[in-house]
Amino acid sequence: MSAPHELPHTGLLNPAALFGHHSTMMTKINIPTPLRQYAGKQPTVEVKAGTVAEALSGLVSKHPDLRRHLYTDDQKLRSFVNVYLNDEDVRYLQKEATAVKDGDTISIVPSIAGGR
Amino acid sequence: MLKIDKTDFDALRRHGEETYPHECCGVLLGQMDGEVRSVSSVVRCGNTRTDSPQNRYHIDPRELIRVQRQGRERGEDIVGFYHSHPDHPARWSTTDLAEAHWLGCSYVITSVEKGKAAMTNSFELAGSDEGDKKLVDEKIEVT
Repeated sequence: MSAPHELPHTGLLNPAALFGHHSTMMTKINIPTPLRQYAGKQPTVEVKAGTVAEALSGLVSKHPDLRRHLYTDDQKLRSFVNVYLNDEDVRYLQKEATAVKDGDTISIVPSIAGGR
Repeated sequence: MLKIDKTDFDALRRHGEETYPHECCGVLLGQMDGEVRSVSSVVRCGNTRTDSPQNRYHIDPRELIRVQRQGRERGEDIVGFYHSHPDHPARWSTTDLAEAHWLGCSYVITSVEKGKAAMTNSFELAGSDEGDKKLVDEKIEVT
């Protein structure tokens, strides 16, 4: 019989049993050109997150200079900052509470508009 | 400064002629090197402002994500955007500035007069954040 921390019939260690179940995944966040200078000049940043909110929070924790470009003074996402989970605008999902799973990509896309 | 070859320059101007009397819009892909933005691809986009296309444009972020992904596969970054002003000068408007958020990128505007592309000007969105952003005239070097 396997010990509680071993995978059945193998004797191999089960990390989830040893360290507790992790519901957070590594999520890739695409950084738009104008914000890369505040993200260590990186085009993408990886964070551990279970939701879009956690991902963005992780991003600004790693790169605090991004905060003022993404959020208003009362910590709301700026209206021109579009956040996409893969190809879906999170406004039409569960907004920042939208869950992320392994392999998902979050894209930060400032809006492009204008006119004479 | 914006560097662009004649083929791409003519293409963005021609786009405005084709969509006249509506505004056209698109993305400039290439490389950033300090103050110089070099264009290697011009990508047409749809104008989602079908409610007022004669004086407004908006690019669907989903389209931009696709353009950006394709550009990244070729080693290209977004360096700017272009749009047209039908029967209106190639100068930025208060709406253009209010709706511009890609700091450090070029915003190219072509005036299209009676269906023919006239002047094309480029402006860098300068500044450090939304509070001090401004559109500054920049030279276009057509090669």
